[in-house]
Amino acid sequence: MGTTASQLGKDMLSEYQELTFLTKQEILLAHKRFTELLTKDEKDLPNNRVPMERILTLPELKSNPFRKRICNVFSTSEYKDGGLTFEDFLDLLSAFSDSATLEIKSHYAFRIFDFDDDGTLDCGDLEKLVNCLTGETDDTRLTPEEMRQLINNILEESDIDKDGTVNLSEFQHVISRSPDFVSSFKIVL
Amino acid sequence: MEVDSVFYTDHSGRISSNPLLDQLPSYQSLLYRRKSSTAGTKRRSSSRGRIGSSGSGKWGVGTISRREEKQKSQTEERPIRELPRTMAEKRRDNTQRLEEDRELSSLKQLEHSTRRHLRRLRDDVHQWLGSLKLWRGDIHVIEGMFGTGILSYFSFLRFLVMLNLIIFVLMFSFVMLPIIIAPSVSGNITYNLNLGSECSAYPSSTRRGLVIFHQHITDLLSGGGFLEQTYLFYGYYRADKIHFSNSTYNLPLAYLLVTIAYLFFSLIWIVKRSAAGFKRNLVQDEDRFQSFCNKIFAGWDFCITNENAVRLKRSSLLYELRTDLEEERIKQKIADRTRKERCRIYLIRLILNLFVIGVLMGCFYSIYRATIFSQEVQMATKKDNFIMDLICEYLPSIVITLANFITPLLFSAIINYEDYSPAFEIRFTLMRCVFMRLTSIGVLLFSLWSQITKCGNEPCLCGYNHVLYPCWETRIGQEMYKLTIFDFIIIFAVTVFVEFPRKLIVQHCDCGLAKWFGQQEFAIPQNVLEIVYGQTICWIGTFYSPMLPAICTMKYFFIFYIKKVSLMNNCRPATRPFRASSSNFFFLVVLLIGLALACLPVSFSVAQINSSQACGPFVNYTTSWEVLPNTVSELPHGIKTLLFALSSEAFAVSFFVVTCLIMFYVIALAGAHKRVINQLREQLVVEGRDKRFLIQKLCQAQRLSAIKSPGSKSQPRSPSYHTSFSNNFNESVFLAHSPPDSSTHV
Repeated sequence: MGTTASQLGKDMLSEYQELTFLTKQEILLAHKRFTELLTKDEKDLPNNRVPMERILTLPELKSNPFRKRICNVFSTSEYKDGGLTFEDFLDLLSAFSDSATLEIKSHYAFRIFDFDDDGTLDCGDLEKLVNCLTGETDDTRLTPEEMRQLINNILEESDIDKDGTVNLSEFQHVISRSPDFVSSFKIVL
Repeated sequence: MEVDSVFYTDHSGRISSNPLLDQLPSYQSLLYRRKSSTAGTKRRSSSRGRIGSSGSGKWGVGTISRREEKQKSQTEERPIRELPRTMAEKRRDNTQRLEEDRELSSLKQLEHSTRRHLRRLRDDVHQWLGSLKLWRGDIHVIEGMFGTGILSYFSFLRFLVMLNLIIFVLMFSFVMLPIIIAPSVSGNITYNLNLGSECSAYPSSTRRGLVIFHQHITDLLSGGGFLEQTYLFYGYYRADKIHFSNSTYNLPLAYLLVTIAYLFFSLIWIVKRSAAGFKRNLVQDEDRFQSFCNKIFAGWDFCITNENAVRLKRSSLLYELRTDLEEERIKQKIADRTRKERCRIYLIRLILNLFVIGVLMGCFYSIYRATIFSQEVQMATKKDNFIMDLICEYLPSIVITLANFITPLLFSAIINYEDYSPAFEIRFTLMRCVFMRLTSIGVLLFSLWSQITKCGNEPCLCGYNHVLYPCWETRIGQEMYKLTIFDFIIIFAVTVFVEFPRKLIVQHCDCGLAKWFGQQEFAIPQNVLEIVYGQTICWIGTFYSPMLPAICTMKYFFIFYIKKVSLMNNCRPATRPFRASSSNFFFLVVLLIGLALACLPVSFSVAQINSSQACGPFVNYTTSWEVLPNTVSELPHGIKTLLFALSSEAFAVSFFVVTCLIMFYVIALAGAHKRVINQLREQLVVEGRDKRFLIQKLCQAQRLSAIKSPGSKSQPRSPSYHTSFSNNFNESVFLAHSPPDSSTHV
């Protein structure tokens, strides 16, 4: 359960290979980068959880507008603070890897975009999503009319049962027809 | 109590809460499991979850319907890592599966373990192949800095390097290698030059006497002089048949077949590579690349790590969204146009298109004249000035490059007046530029051929002008070689002498001119057109100059680094983003157009123009194509009749008819599927409405019974994943709860 020393055992490695989409080199690299985040005394503790602030110093996540959501989605912490263990980190990299299936990626993308964690993407979620994409400051946002027009267009294209929100199946259906998704939903260390 | 009755009361008569919706079969089929913090829901969710996966000992319960058993077997088949769960849960599932496996028969165990091992092997092979890929590190860096749009350009470049390398390997192994190794394996090369005939006179073009150094440079750059009699050009391959110890190698046949093979191979590889993009584009009737969902849900490149790039990407996304929203409004405006306005617009478009055609004709005519002038100058024996010499040799290339530089600017200026929608404007301008670039090569070849087959006023003695062009294929090969070299020089020169100073000026000088210029943008379409142009030249020229693919491989290899350096240092990404998927599709479509345009000249010259009698492998045949019918006539009788039958009209017509029938059938099938999809969509909407209606009614009923039975507690909402019910209604659904503990352990 988790890593205790700075070395990764061979059987742990093969188990991780079995359970994730990562290759051996990627797992070892992830281990190396993860242990760099630990302080000296934390290194000897088993199954330690790195707080979110330290995870967000990784260059791959630092400038990502969805970094906090990503940490929250993959975190198994009971306190919902977004801290990640090494296995959570591997889950994260596995979902974002090259060889992950479309279903896994769309599943986790849905959870990342679901800002209020209610299981559907409603207008509030979509608005927060668009603001994340365009920028947080006032002059980089769309005007309210443009936002309304945009959200109407999105719902028109993706809301199949016309209930005003996008649920997981509808989201996965839209993503399966989106040609850019697989290549853009990728994080490689 | 059955699980599907609606109202439950527990033993004290109170109704406890449990979202009815989460027990619906449609929810069960979703493998998403929400981690909940309350113990009650955890127990419920864990029992639900174990329904989805394999539960040893717990799944012989009456709560499991046959449908869930089917789901269990479906999830059984999928590898563990494809399930969206945390590592701990996956590990638990894995151990459960392994335990289960031990209970199965040994045959099944073997089957499972072989499947696992095969999967592991396949992953290892994929990983090894991936590590062999060229430029992995560089492309990763570019991806991190600029996103996937620009990345697609560089991976396209890498694809072309590999393609050219393989074409060269084909040419080398089937055409050059036999001639090279023939002396060492005591092969006998026969070559039947008809020495008496006038057509077979081939004056040597090597320079005699003391050769000045700059003449070597001229020769190197123009492919003449000492380069003419090397493996570089067609004329050096003087071999008809090579007799090895126990077989004869027919070199002309090999030469022709390799030409057809490399064109065919390029076609297959490009189509295979673009298969995904084609499929999507053909199946969907709307323009999916521009859809809003694609932009919003797949809009962010998660691989970008550079702070600057993030800012740029955000602003480009904002710009793109605003433009698309505006385009929608424009579409509305276009639909509202009056008749008079429409006539006016069509008239303007007609005039401008005629103007464009006029410009194109002008460019083509100037290329034609430049080629003829250049050929005449090369024929003149007196060669005085080194620089003038070189300029005259390169005159067609210079004119083509100038035309290809001016016309895009002209087209993008004109398109503003034609009042199309922005997306269509871009595509139309691009198509015009593509047409211009690729047809200019065709015009060059056409003007060359008109020179080659013109013999004053009478018909040519040998089918071509043997006085001026004793070995005309070598001459064409030289022109293609010059185009390639010049193309490379231009790319290099523009990067060093135009972009670099521009960057310096913009950085250090603060004048208005610098502000107006701005920093160089990495315009993907123009860059792609450049390299497709080079690749088209390579495809055409490989028949006349078998070593041209090797030269092109090295050229693209260096272009990668030049463009990478230019991108990192001089350029900023374009404000109008180029989506990765549509980029890939666009690149491959343009490449296919280039391939089609390359096949035309090659097939025309192979089939129609008499091959030169003084050099090359086809001296004994009238045209290059003739070697195939000759070989077929020497084949055994059975194969000969078969081949004749395949090429007869009866076969062709019936094949055509059968293909048409299949096509009509497939189109009808696609239409039927589309209708079914529409019907299902409407049905879904109706079902959704039904569900909401029923839930509303149940809610009302529950409210009434809640009033009648006081003391019912309200529970926090759990998420439901298929309707927005929980958002639309403020109460949670107090309709049913899971059977008490005892019934799960029946």
